[in-house]
Amino acid sequence: MKGAPDVAGGLIVVDDLTVNYGGGPPVLIDVDLTVEPGDLIGIVGPSGSGKSTLLKAMLGTVAPVSGSVRRAPGLAVGLVPQVETIDWNFPVTVAECVGMARARGLRVPWMTRTERAEIAEVLDRLGMDGLGSRHIRELSGGQQQRVFLARALFTNAQVIFLDEPTSGLDVRTRHDVLHLLDELNSDGLTIVLTTHDLNGIAAHLPTVVCLNRSVIGAGRPDQVLVPDVLERTYGSPMEVLEHGGMRVVVDAPLDANVTQLRRRSAGGGGGATA
Amino acid sequence: MTLDELFRPFEFEFFRNGIYVATIAGALCGVVGCYVVLRNMSYIGHGLSHSIFGGYAVAGLVGVNLFLGAGIWGVVTALAVGGIVRRRPIGSDAAIGVVTTASFALGLALVQLYGSPGRNADALLFGNVLGVTTADVWLIVGVALTTAAIGFFFYRPLLFTTFDTQVAAATGVRTAWIDALLMVVLSATVLATMNVMGVTLIAAALVVPAVVARMLTDSFPKMLLLSGIIGAFSGFVGMNASYHLDVASGPTIVLTSACFFIVAYVAGGSFRRRAGAVGHAH
Repeated sequence: MKGAPDVAGGLIVVDDLTVNYGGGPPVLIDVDLTVEPGDLIGIVGPSGSGKSTLLKAMLGTVAPVSGSVRRAPGLAVGLVPQVETIDWNFPVTVAECVGMARARGLRVPWMTRTERAEIAEVLDRLGMDGLGSRHIRELSGGQQQRVFLARALFTNAQVIFLDEPTSGLDVRTRHDVLHLLDELNSDGLTIVLTTHDLNGIAAHLPTVVCLNRSVIGAGRPDQVLVPDVLERTYGSPMEVLEHGGMRVVVDAPLDANVTQLRRRSAGGGGGATA
Repeated sequence: MTLDELFRPFEFEFFRNGIYVATIAGALCGVVGCYVVLRNMSYIGHGLSHSIFGGYAVAGLVGVNLFLGAGIWGVVTALAVGGIVRRRPIGSDAAIGVVTTASFALGLALVQLYGSPGRNADALLFGNVLGVTTADVWLIVGVALTTAAIGFFFYRPLLFTTFDTQVAAATGVRTAWIDALLMVVLSATVLATMNVMGVTLIAAALVVPAVVARMLTDSFPKMLLLSGIIGAFSGFVGMNASYHLDVASGPTIVLTSACFFIVAYVAGGSFRRRAGAVGHAH
């Protein structure tokens, strides 16, 4: 992986950032966050907590009301969008989808021989060897995620942002995506992602940021995924259990009546996972 | 009809000019229409052509260059639509419906009150093979070559912005600039083709070949090529039909491409699901 440029303190430094849309109420308030080379950061929080806005601010597509986002000069970034936002009927093959990302400056429309080789290499690296000529609609859920990871890698991105990379995926595919991200991170790629999945994703990442308009807590999962921080993030009591050496976040029972209902319907079972 | 009768109109310069313009206009609309359809902008093409008719009439009344005046008018109405959407809780489709139809109505009123600038109103509304001049041929050639150059050199940012604007912007593509470039190309296409297509039918010339091409291929470059060929063929056949049937050229060109649509739809039963996903024509 290429050596990444740096600003004082990190690749991307978010300093006292406040953001709103069209003068409305703030979506982010006084957010501080530093992304350093080699980080693998998961941003968690309830719906509407500003996760996607924070990604957009770091990507530079949303302007701050106050505070700043400083990116290292010449830093190449890539974004893997939520698969739900993609038009899967759009007429592009896997190779065309990956290749379109090298779009800056005047270029010939077709892929050069070097570019074709690079696309084949990056698809091979992500376990999609030979799928270049497939239409994107013909891919499985995990492969769909990989196409957009491949597209980001093809632009030589040094930092890759993923917005909800595992939403809508089954457990096995979610594990595959997580392992792939871990491999890429081990190769030196810096990764920032948002997720709703506390147990399946966040608990396995080196760094977790709990966000609810402001940063409620940031650090290792064992420091951050604790009842106090989670309750302040989600506005609802939560418990953290130890299970086979893993931390599992669960809803705390709301009151005796609800607990009674759950027991009756689940034959005495406990609370649901978060 | 004998072959002699079929080829007789080619003896006339006005008809040859009409054929040149219709064929090139068909190809141009076919190619530009791919972006219009894939961006779900069918209604914008429809609205822009109507609004430009108002600009054409105003430019004629004020006495400025018809194409320049109509082009500026088109840009102003597009900005007005954007402004209304930002400042009031009104969707862009409704704002386009208000602004562009008002502009079209203004054009109709001015033409009835003061007469049509340049050509008669029927020719502007529905297209007419008569009165297509050599200057019109050069205009469409110029617009087509410029569009081809833009499509060639900006192929990737145009494709990236059309497929995935948010990610394109995030990775450094100047998407606002690319969007503006496409609107300029679309306006120039409408202006250069309104003689033969007629402003009321340009939207169909933009949409139908692209939708047919989409049903036939899953590859974007092939879609561009097929749509251009279908558009050019529809322009050529439609213009001939216009002469022999004595019907305005806009309807005959659009009906020819509609025949392609019916054939592609009926023949490709398995493509029906895709056809439903590529927007709707006006």
